[in-house]
Amino acid sequence: MEFVMAIVIGILFMAAVYLILSKSLLRIILGTGLLSHGAHLLILTMGGLGGTSPPVLAEGVTDYVDPLPQALILTAIVISFGVTAFIIVLFYRTYAEHKTDNMNLMKGNDEHD
Amino acid sequence: MINLLLLPIILPFFFAIILLFFKENVRVQRTLTLIGLAISFTFSLVLMAKVKADGVQTLTLGSWPAPFGITMVSDMVSVLLVTTSILITFFIVMYSFEAIGKERERFYYYPAVLFMLTGVNGAFTTGDIFNMFVFFEVFLMASYVLIVLGGEKKQLRESIKYILVNVISSALFVVAIALLYSVIGTLNMADISVKIAEVGQPGIITVIAILFLLVFGIKGAIFPLYFWLPGSYSAPPIPVLALFGALLTKIGVYAITRTYTLFFIHNMPVTHELLLVLSILTIVAGCIGALAYFDLKHIMIYNIIIAVGVILFGVAQMNDAGMTGAMFYLIHDMIIKGALFLLIGIIIAITGTSNLRKMGGLMKTNAPLGWMYLIAAFGLAGIPPLSGFTGKLLIVKGAFEAGNVWGSVFILASSLIVLLSVIRIFIYAFWGEPVELPTTKRRSYRIMIVPAALLVVISIAYGVGTEWIVPYMTDASDVLLKPSIYIDAVLKE
Repeated sequence: MEFVMAIVIGILFMAAVYLILSKSLLRIILGTGLLSHGAHLLILTMGGLGGTSPPVLAEGVTDYVDPLPQALILTAIVISFGVTAFIIVLFYRTYAEHKTDNMNLMKGNDEHD
Repeated sequence: MINLLLLPIILPFFFAIILLFFKENVRVQRTLTLIGLAISFTFSLVLMAKVKADGVQTLTLGSWPAPFGITMVSDMVSVLLVTTSILITFFIVMYSFEAIGKERERFYYYPAVLFMLTGVNGAFTTGDIFNMFVFFEVFLMASYVLIVLGGEKKQLRESIKYILVNVISSALFVVAIALLYSVIGTLNMADISVKIAEVGQPGIITVIAILFLLVFGIKGAIFPLYFWLPGSYSAPPIPVLALFGALLTKIGVYAITRTYTLFFIHNMPVTHELLLVLSILTIVAGCIGALAYFDLKHIMIYNIIIAVGVILFGVAQMNDAGMTGAMFYLIHDMIIKGALFLLIGIIIAITGTSNLRKMGGLMKTNAPLGWMYLIAAFGLAGIPPLSGFTGKLLIVKGAFEAGNVWGSVFILASSLIVLLSVIRIFIYAFWGEPVELPTTKRRSYRIMIVPAALLVVISIAYGVGTEWIVPYMTDASDVLLKPSIYIDAVLKE
């Protein structure tokens, strides 16, 4: 099972890198989304996919899933959620100011802004 | 008072929350920020005295035993960095009163600064690798706000690049932690160190070590991962630039130092050799940039990159002199970069441009500023009575002891180039024929020069008072070179 997950995560990372290297701002946002999905799935997989019961204390259950990676993912998800919300608004503002969503056109230095 | 080591983290956080309620009242915001920073600074000094007297301080949150809860660890390295960060923030906030402008002050500038300080101090103090990631995100989020606050066209454009690079490096940080967790099965830094020592660092751990170098190298701007820094740092206003230049890259440097002295010390021919080569390349790249530009901001920004290279070169030696020198140079560089950015901010405010070719003759109108800048510039280059000397001397000594003669030659040659680049600013801006200056208020100039002057005075005191500082620095390098001190303090029975 871990092997399949590794392949899936690899594909997610590949797609994320491809999208982040593109020109359009929206594609870049989608790329960062896929990148964080890949990272979160990687934490889950690397914690091990063994165990049969969810990590909630119950009578007569001994074989729990590792609870630590789940807590880490939950933290990482809300952080990346906050950052993504910020990025989307920032990209919207940039689009409104610069009148373009093409990263190649967003050049400039001190002489000509 | 076992919670003492949390106070430098919690107090800025607490004051930042209070400030959120006084959005429109700029005067209250300014007063509360200064009070908060002053109190935090006092407690960090108390903490430093305690660490000096009693050794490494640890606190496990919620009283869970050590590897299971989150441990906060205050050793001499982290307490020195925390104290310096608070001190520099204090002066930059004072400088901001005049330099940042009412509009930005009304839109949560001071809370963002304090939240950033919370993250910075947390990242220096934490003893848990995932908690370090969370504190990284805390100061990064605040820095996103600071870099874009004001919403000028240039800021929007450059902050996109800054945020994108940091989002990617944060994802890589998560990946690196996940891989380390799968191999080692713990997140507590002292426990990780013990477990890695038990398995003797097989190949997979070395790979993770290099992944960590990649992650922290993006934050700390080492070669070849510094590409985002010059553009992003030239966008925000001067106080924000000073804050970033003095604090943010140094966290990457601290994180590399911590992981490469605590975790990955069993395969040094690979990891530390790589760090050594990269640090020299960083110095070379920084020197090329510092000479290439005729723009005040860009010259200073490339000097940040050179300093990162010098500090990491000292760390890579892994001997007593090199590590003590790196600690000396790290603290010196935070202070002097803060001072220099504030000074060039005043020059830009007076002349109305950051282009060196359009300046000249400021010595006739602003002599005190000129002398102060000259002292700070000599301090940066490492002229003996001033602050940059001891650190670089020890780093070079450590490199000779470790047999890296060529590396030392690069360090010494880079000092010359640093001196050339900052003196060029002095010659162009202060000598020569006076040019037409735009009218500025004398009063605002006076308010801005006080914090800059105080920082220069502190850097002089740091250089002259080396003898008093040495015991603190040797404590810091001891705890870095002997991980057992750190581990015993955290995992005590």
